[in-house]
Amino acid sequence: MTSPNPPAAPAAKRSLRERIDLERIGLALAAPVLAVLLSLLIAGGLLAASGRDPFDAFSIMWNYGTASDGQVAVLNKATVYYLAAAAAAFGFRMNLFNIGIEGQYKLAMMFAAFVGGQVDLPAFLQIPLLLIVAMCVGGLWASIAGLLKVYRGVSEVISTIMLNAIATAVIGVLLVPGIFAPRTSGTTNSIQTEKISDSSHFFAIETQGGTLWGFVVIAVLVGVVFQFTLNRTRFGFDLRATGRSESAASASGVNVKRMVITSIVVSGALAGLVGLPELMQNTPYFGQNVQTGLGFIGISVALLGRNTPVGIAFSALLFAFLDASGAQLPTRGDYPSEIIPVIQGTIVICVVVAYELVRRYGLKRQQQKVGAELAAQAAAAAQKEVAA
Amino acid sequence: MRRSLKLAAAVLSGSLGIASLAACGAKSTDNNSTSAGAGSSTFKVGMAYDIGGRGDQSFNDSAARGLDQAKNELGATINEAEAKSGESEGDKEQRLKSLVTSGFNPIIAVGFVYQDAVNKVAKDNPNVKFAIIDSSSADQPENVTSLTFSEEQGSYLAGVAAANKSKAKHVGFIGGVQSELIKKFEAGYTAGAKSVDPNVQVEVTYLTTPPDFTGFADPGKGKQAAQGQLDKGADVIYSAAGSSGSGAIEAVAAAGKWAIGVDSDQAKQPALDKYKDHILTSMVKNVDTAVFTYVKSVKDGSALTGVKNFDLKEGGVSLATTGGYIDDIKAKLDAATQQITSGATKVPTAP
Repeated sequence: MTSPNPPAAPAAKRSLRERIDLERIGLALAAPVLAVLLSLLIAGGLLAASGRDPFDAFSIMWNYGTASDGQVAVLNKATVYYLAAAAAAFGFRMNLFNIGIEGQYKLAMMFAAFVGGQVDLPAFLQIPLLLIVAMCVGGLWASIAGLLKVYRGVSEVISTIMLNAIATAVIGVLLVPGIFAPRTSGTTNSIQTEKISDSSHFFAIETQGGTLWGFVVIAVLVGVVFQFTLNRTRFGFDLRATGRSESAASASGVNVKRMVITSIVVSGALAGLVGLPELMQNTPYFGQNVQTGLGFIGISVALLGRNTPVGIAFSALLFAFLDASGAQLPTRGDYPSEIIPVIQGTIVICVVVAYELVRRYGLKRQQQKVGAELAAQAAAAAQKEVAA
Repeated sequence: MRRSLKLAAAVLSGSLGIASLAACGAKSTDNNSTSAGAGSSTFKVGMAYDIGGRGDQSFNDSAARGLDQAKNELGATINEAEAKSGESEGDKEQRLKSLVTSGFNPIIAVGFVYQDAVNKVAKDNPNVKFAIIDSSSADQPENVTSLTFSEEQGSYLAGVAAANKSKAKHVGFIGGVQSELIKKFEAGYTAGAKSVDPNVQVEVTYLTTPPDFTGFADPGKGKQAAQGQLDKGADVIYSAAGSSGSGAIEAVAAAGKWAIGVDSDQAKQPALDKYKDHILTSMVKNVDTAVFTYVKSVKDGSALTGVKNFDLKEGGVSLATTGGYIDDIKAKLDAATQQITSGATKVPTAP
C-alpha cells in the first residue's frame, strides 16, 4: 500500500487511469494465474499418464461450466464456499487460525434446523431468526477457543481442531430420535430433524438452468460488510494492527484480549451462515448426510483469495467450478473425478509458492525503479552543480 | 481502499450478470437429449455408488457384480459414478441428473445417502425408473423402488458362528459409521453371539459418527480399531465397515485370529486373497441378486415397485462357506436359520 516515492499530486486529483496501477494489478494476478496453469499442467500430465485424453476431460468441464445449469450449480456452490472462506479470512486477517469452521457450521446448521422445525413465524421474522440462531451458535462455539486462548494461552489451532471433533460428537448425541430428531424418522436407515417450516425458505431465483439460491445476495453482503469493517472502521484498523504485531498494537492502546475474542466470535458467526443455504434453499432439515468438509474448503479458498473479499469471490468461483464440473467427468467420459482434488491441492500449494516468487520479483522491480530514480536525481543535481 | 469497494461492486454486478446469462444460456444437457432419445432402443442401466465405489471389496462391489451380470446376461449398456466424502445434496442430484440426461433407465442408487436426491430427481423425471438400495421413505415417488435387506438376520448367524469359534468367549464388532443401518448389524450380531452363550463378551467399536461418513472408506481406522479389540482379548472380529473392513481383516490376520467379512464373500475378493485363511466367513448381503432381479424385472416390463425386502428366507442375506471353516458348526447354524425363517426367533434391529 505504501509507496516509497511520495505522490506528485493529492490522490483525489489523479485521473482514474493513473490511479489504477496496471503493474500492481498484473503482479497481483500473476501468482494465482501461474498457480492455476501449473496445476492444470500437472493434472493434464496425470491424466495423460493414465492413458486418458486431458483435453477432452477439460473440455467436458468447460462445456459444463459454460452451460446454464452448470453456471447455476457453480454459483450455488460458490455462495457456500464464499461464506466459509469469509469466516476463515476474518480470522486470518487477525493472525487467528480458526480451523474450527467445520464444527461451527455443522452445529449452527443443526440448531437452526431444529428451531426452524419448532417455530413457525411469518417469513420476515422467521428468516432473520434462523440467521441469528445460526450466527449465535457458531459464535458461541468459537468463543470457547477464544476464551481458552486469552485466559489459558491455548493455541486456537489446537483448540479449534479439537472442538471440531467435539462438535461431531455433540451432533451425534443430539441427533438421536426423541431429542432433535422426531421419534419416527421419515426415511429408514438415516436420521434427520423435522422439516423446517415453509416460512423459513429463503427466496430463490428460477432460471432456465435451475434454481439459483437467493443466498448469493447474503454472500455478497457479507463481502461488502467485511471490506467496509476492515478498512473503514476503528475496529478494522485495530484488527489489522493486532494481526501485524500484537505488541505494537497493545502499545498503541488496543485491547488485544478483547480483539482476539471479538474476532474469533465474528469468524464463528460467519461460519454459522455456511450451512444455511443448503438448509433454507435445498434440503429443509439437518440430517446425517449433511455436507462435511466445507470448513477446510473455506480455508483453501481464503488462502487462494489472499483473505480479501474480492479475491475470495474469484477463488470461490474457481473452486466451485472445479467441484461442480469435476463431478461430470465420470458420467460423461471415463475420467476419474479424483483429478479434481489433485487440481485443487496443487493450486493451493502452487499459489503459496507463486505469491512468494511474485513478491520477491515485485520487490526487486521496486528497488530497481527507486535506484533508477535516485540515479537520475543525482545526475540532475550534478548537472546543476556543473551549470552553477 | 475506495477502489476495493468499487471492485466489490463490480464483482456483485458481474455475478448477477452471470446469473442472467445462466437464465438464457443453453443447458449442458441440451445437445445430449437428442442422442438419449435416439439411443432409447438399447437398454441402458446407470448406477450411482456410495462412498468407496467399485473396488471397495464389500458393499459397492456387490452391487457392481449385479450390474456386471445385467451387462453380460441382459445385454445392458452400463455407466457408473461414485460419491465422494463430504459432497453436498446438490452433487448427488447432479450425478443422478447427468445419468438421466444421458438416457439411462433404470438408474440404481447404491446406499441410503441417496434417498433425498433420488426422491427429487425421480419426481422431475416420472418416466425414468429408479431403485435405491438400503433405504425407503414414506414420500418417495412411484417410480422409485426400494431394495432393502434383513441385515440383522445374517448378522445373527455371524454372531452364532463367532461365539462358537471363539476360544476366549470374547468377540468383536466394528461398525463403519454409527448409523441406523449399521446398528442393525450390531444388534443381530450381539443377539446371535449371546444366543450361544449369554456370557460371551462383545466389544463394539464404531469408526465414525454421522455426519462423518469416512468410516466406510478408511482401512487405516479399521486396522486401528481391530488392533484395539485384539489387545482387549477378542479373537473373532466382525467388521461391517465397507472398505475400512479390509484394514480390520489385515490386522486380525496378522494376529492369527478370525475375521468375519461383510456384504461380499470377502475370502473370494482378489485384494484380500492373502488373508483368506483368516476369514472365518462373510455375512453376504446379496446386493448383486437384488440389483439383477430388479434390472431383469424392468427389462421384462414388470418392474418391481414399492419396497422389496430381501431376507434370510429369500436368500437376501447368508453366510459364506468359502474355506470350509464353519463346516463343523453347520448343524448349529442350520438350526438358527430354521428358527429365524420359521419366526421362532425374532432378531432385534436395534442394539
